[in-house]
Amino acid sequence: MWQAQVVITLKQGILDPQGDTVRSALTSLGFDGLADCRVGKVILLRLTESDRAKAAAQVEEMCRRLLANPVIEDFRFDLEERP
Amino acid sequence: MRFGILVFPGSWSHQDFRHVLADVMGFEAEEVWHKATGVTGFDCLILPGGFAHGDYLRAGAIARFSPVMPAVVRFAERGGLVLGSCNGFQILCEAGLLPGALLRNASLQYRCQGVHLRVESTATPFTAGLAPGQILRMPISHGEGRYHADRETLARLNGEGRIIFRYCAPDGALSPDANPNGSLEHIAGVCNARGNVLGLMPHPERAAESLLGSEDGRLLFEELLARALG
Repeated sequence: MWQAQVVITLKQGILDPQGDTVRSALTSLGFDGLADCRVGKVILLRLTESDRAKAAAQVEEMCRRLLANPVIEDFRFDLEERP
Repeated sequence: MRFGILVFPGSWSHQDFRHVLADVMGFEAEEVWHKATGVTGFDCLILPGGFAHGDYLRAGAIARFSPVMPAVVRFAERGGLVLGSCNGFQILCEAGLLPGALLRNASLQYRCQGVHLRVESTATPFTAGLAPGQILRMPISHGEGRYHADRETLARLNGEGRIIFRYCAPDGALSPDANPNGSLEHIAGVCNARGNVLGLMPHPERAAESLLGSEDGRLLFEELLARALG
């Protein structure tokens, strides 16, 4: 079994008001030197597929067809083997 | 002229559309459950507002795969009229029937208020009876209505006259205050290349009787009524 952690964020250049709000909150807490903050979403998937390459291909296809909207979002994912 | 009004789990404007189209304007109108696999016998399909499938993942992302959607795509490809309002606009974008996407409002607030719209193009059957520059008043009610498209798409939409409505001030000016959600170029509604599919964030069905403060929403269907009676 593989667990995929999919991270979806707005594409660079697209206004992320939630990220901007979090950044100003962090700045007001005294965390200086914050150049940018983007808020995205994380999706955890457990796959029954045993072959790593096939699992990766499945997740890639899931991201392209449903999980991310290519007009506005980028996605990336990690795979971790699970018993 | 016969309207089919799609109903997804979580739709909330389908009954208002049916009331306006049938009771107020005299069209035939019927609700179509999202599990229908065909949409025959209709001249125009309405994708109403609401929160189809809870808007989980992204607004419209799940609804776009509802069983009825392949039939909606074929209907549109054959030239059938399709109008999506609010959540319906989001679904049409997710389905690829319209370009672009709708993002969280720049204010991060849900906005439920009256807006003014400037008619930018009369190149769709819904706006054929209107005048370019005409100002309409109808409400919006959404949290994710910030229209976005990449630069090439925006240039194409502008060049081809496919931006149908922009949010504006009462006098038609595109002042920043008149843009309720931060949409690029104040875009409130766009159409497809053929002009038979229109999406807009505002709610024409909530502005179709004087009792509700504006009848401008009816104007999107008056031309169709005139043709049907013609």
